[in-house]
Amino acid sequence: MKRIYVNEKWCLGCHLCEYECAFANSGMTDMAKALKGKEIHPKIRVEDGADGIHFAVNCRHCSDPICVRSCIAGALSRNADGMVEIDKNKCVGCFTCVLVCPYGAIMPDADGHAAQKCELCTRNLCGEPNCVAHCPNRAIVYEDRG
Amino acid sequence: MDMFIYPEYEVVRNPDLCIGCRVCERQCANEVHHYDFDLKKMAADSTKCVNCHRCVCLCPTHALKIVKSQDTYRTNANWDNQTVNEVYRQANSGGVLLSSMGNPKPFPIYWDKILLNASQVTNPPIDPLREPMETTVYLGKQKCSVERDGSGKLKNTLSPQLKLNMPIMFSAMSYGSISYNAHEALARAATELGTYYNTGEGGLHKDFYQYGKNTIVQVASGRFGVFKDYLDTGAAIEIKMGQGAKPGIGGHLPGKKISADVSATRMIPQGVDAISPAPHHDIYSIEDLRQLIYSLKESTNYKKPVIVKVAAVHNVAAIASGIARSGADIIAIDGFRGGTGAAPTRIRDNVGIPIELALASVDARLREEGIRDNVSIVVGGSIRSSADVVKAIALGADACYIATAAVLAMGCHLCRTCNVGKCNWGIATQVPELVKRLNPDVATERLVNLVTAWNHEIQEIMGGMGINSVEALRGNRLMLRGVGLNETELNILGIRHAGESL
Amino acid sequence: MAKYVIIGNSTAAVNCVESIRSIDREGDILLVSDEKHFTYGRPLISYLLYGKTDPERMKYRPDDWYEVNKVQFKAGVRATKIDAKKKNIELSTGEKVPYEKLLVATGSRPFVPPMPGLEQVKEQYSFMTMDDALKIGKTFQKEDNVLIIGAGLIGLKCLEGIRGRVRKVTVVDMANRILPSILDEEGSAIVQKYLEEKQGVEFLLGDSAAEFTGKNAVTLKSGKQLTFDRLVLAVGVRPNVELVQDAGGECNRGICTDGTGKTSLPDVYAAGDCALSHDIAAGVDRVLALLPNAALQGRTAGINMAGGTAVFDKAVPMNAMGLFDLHMITAGVYEGECYEEKADGKYKKLFYQDDRLKGFILIGDVARAGIYTSLLRNATPLSSVDFEMLEKAPALAAFSADYRKEKLTQRV
Repeated sequence: MKRIYVNEKWCLGCHLCEYECAFANSGMTDMAKALKGKEIHPKIRVEDGADGIHFAVNCRHCSDPICVRSCIAGALSRNADGMVEIDKNKCVGCFTCVLVCPYGAIMPDADGHAAQKCELCTRNLCGEPNCVAHCPNRAIVYEDRG
Repeated sequence: MDMFIYPEYEVVRNPDLCIGCRVCERQCANEVHHYDFDLKKMAADSTKCVNCHRCVCLCPTHALKIVKSQDTYRTNANWDNQTVNEVYRQANSGGVLLSSMGNPKPFPIYWDKILLNASQVTNPPIDPLREPMETTVYLGKQKCSVERDGSGKLKNTLSPQLKLNMPIMFSAMSYGSISYNAHEALARAATELGTYYNTGEGGLHKDFYQYGKNTIVQVASGRFGVFKDYLDTGAAIEIKMGQGAKPGIGGHLPGKKISADVSATRMIPQGVDAISPAPHHDIYSIEDLRQLIYSLKESTNYKKPVIVKVAAVHNVAAIASGIARSGADIIAIDGFRGGTGAAPTRIRDNVGIPIELALASVDARLREEGIRDNVSIVVGGSIRSSADVVKAIALGADACYIATAAVLAMGCHLCRTCNVGKCNWGIATQVPELVKRLNPDVATERLVNLVTAWNHEIQEIMGGMGINSVEALRGNRLMLRGVGLNETELNILGIRHAGESL
Repeated sequence: MAKYVIIGNSTAAVNCVESIRSIDREGDILLVSDEKHFTYGRPLISYLLYGKTDPERMKYRPDDWYEVNKVQFKAGVRATKIDAKKKNIELSTGEKVPYEKLLVATGSRPFVPPMPGLEQVKEQYSFMTMDDALKIGKTFQKEDNVLIIGAGLIGLKCLEGIRGRVRKVTVVDMANRILPSILDEEGSAIVQKYLEEKQGVEFLLGDSAAEFTGKNAVTLKSGKQLTFDRLVLAVGVRPNVELVQDAGGECNRGICTDGTGKTSLPDVYAAGDCALSHDIAAGVDRVLALLPNAALQGRTAGINMAGGTAVFDKAVPMNAMGLFDLHMITAGVYEGECYEEKADGKYKKLFYQDDRLKGFILIGDVARAGIYTSLLRNATPLSSVDFEMLEKAPALAAFSADYRKEKLTQRV
């Protein structure tokens, strides 16, 4: 299955991926209209570490996802391809998934009532992950590495 | 008192489009942009802007543009704004003005005054998609004598040659003036394309020895990084006598660009300015040059062609004639629009001659003297497109060197401030956070794309002329016509005016 | 004869079935539950009352789950006895069902300590099951005064569920603070203050019911007298160990299992709130009545029952808890040195000892808490990470480049 991988060697910490993610999931076609004046809640987050280290983190789509095991509502599941999905309709926002995800890759959504996570842009109109498409330095790639 | 100089360019932000993502702020090494937390919006300080367009390119909503400032002194055709500002700048600083990249002044561009021919009716054009179209070029001495060994078999007397899949190479840019990643991209692209890149005078980083078969190693007046392994690794050796951007001038890489890696590669102390002398201190005549050529040949077992690179200056034809007799295999001529990582502005903008005229006169002179086959001719100094390449070949070149076009392919926006060392595109810098902005995977791909595209176009243009190989195009000035050129220019170029038939 | 028999229909049972099916696609599975409902997320019952979900959405798995996993589901039937020698169980219907492998995932039940006069109280409720919640939802009225006995997780989640449905809620607990099992004193005070000020809840702590003096009146130990319309008993729970205990299986508050989920009875496994786990934070075996724990135990038992190999011996007490808009995430034990941060609406404590994170409490800002949890679960030496950076916020940047390479550049 293709997953998103990051290469911190090339990540510039520009944080564009965060905005592209927020835009991709806004359901709008105009980025300025979608994001202007709003606090964004992207599903990918860039970490800015010491010594100029930057890298983006989003859901790893683990083979044995502990978030899925831990979800009290059965809202998280792993689909046939291996992608970890969230059924927002079932999620009650207990954030047990936030408690267990070792990557910090699942988080409260904009209104804080449910969890959100990267679903590889399969639930929006992008087709392929928008963060990957817009990374200016190919620091985020979408590849099948087993 | 420092005279305030109004910035030449202004950052214009469309407030309706700006989403305050701060990408521009994070990506500007000149600290032009900042987020004002009180006003909750982005602001810009245009005085710091070098107009490199990094922010413009990365702004996700295209909210930014950089425009030429409208601020102006009283209009004066003689004392224009820039001329006045340069006086102020020097009065402020007391220093030599420094610039980068090529001569930006409005001198005539002869490529744009030369038009190409095409076949009609009496000689058919060739469709390169259906018929073979040869772009392979060999560089080196083409002359060889017929000699036989004791048993009467023919001896191979051919001098070492460079084989190029297309008549385009990446010209010299040193590691130091450009970044590690830029160097890696050039090396990998040359390898993938089946052509060559050139180390410049900065030595060869040990990581890039693996690309040696596609590397031209340069020996310049500073002799930086020159040692046996370096010479052995390259496919050819280039002696740099001069550079189009700054003929008669040496090089000066500031100490702050001499990182640990650059210092190891150049074999000079870290943090100390690297000065390349204006002359080679052992070369004062063609005979001296010959000595260096043969010492380099001797030390590499006569296996590698030696290139001598000179700037296009007034007596270039006579100089080339000397070089062609000195034992060199290839002459590289660099026109006055050639780029550089740093040059005194006055030199860059006022010294040297256009490559088109230099090439035409060199080719003609060597033919006249019957020594054209002694050497191949490579020209550089602002080859901007495949059309320029085709015209250069028709004027007599064997191949072209490109560098400005190559750095453009990697992202350069010709802001001409390489000398500052804060290249936002990760090309002309040694600052690690900036260097990492150039992912060599991406840059390699873009370089390969560019040259591949040009090569397609070259085939297309040659096909149109009914010519099916670069060999057959070389020196074929009948394929060229001038427009808007005077008699002298046409004479030097050796071409007729448009409208003149055979 | 069913190859696998599973007693229980909740988290441990479901995860056990899925794990069996990951190895054995065909072996018959019989699932027995005294609850009639389609498997549902038990902790959701408070959200049901709170209005964040409904019985349909509470389904823990898709509608075709039993079919797809080829599970024969006996609903509303109670297992009454295990005969470990004959390898069968007896059902409340009188039927005997043989098994090859048995999972006991019987959960727990509310524990009600003896309280004089309690029998007079007609309107008393517990809060453990979907039926409890549905009953509360049907009967509680807008004008009701509700008394909850117990200020632990169950009592307070019940409080959250019913607060908007009734006039007033009073919470009594013998302990002098709320949520003592997951918070430290300061944390308890913060949450208590929030509930008092923002939700108008009255707490009577360090007090308990001395005697119920009528069908809706109680006298507390302190002498204080209260009246109420409804009483919710949320004092505590007891693991349902009797089936195993009576069959001769080793129990110690919970059912004893080894790391593979096996009890001391042959071919009998136990998982979930009825079973013990090895708590690596406290270094003892105890019941960790937490959904993720039940899932991991169920998974482990399932794999082993189907002939695979899995061990789960590294349980960590941990909790994600929301009360209205206040979220808290806690884990481990609160011992050793402490890093703390207190700001408006945020409370953070990290406890560490012997180069290891021992526990943490986050109230308000819970972002990326799982990174802290992973430090606990993996017993990561703090000297191998940039703990100063981690103190400020959970970040993978604080880990070594090699760790990040392993986790972010290949499949995990």
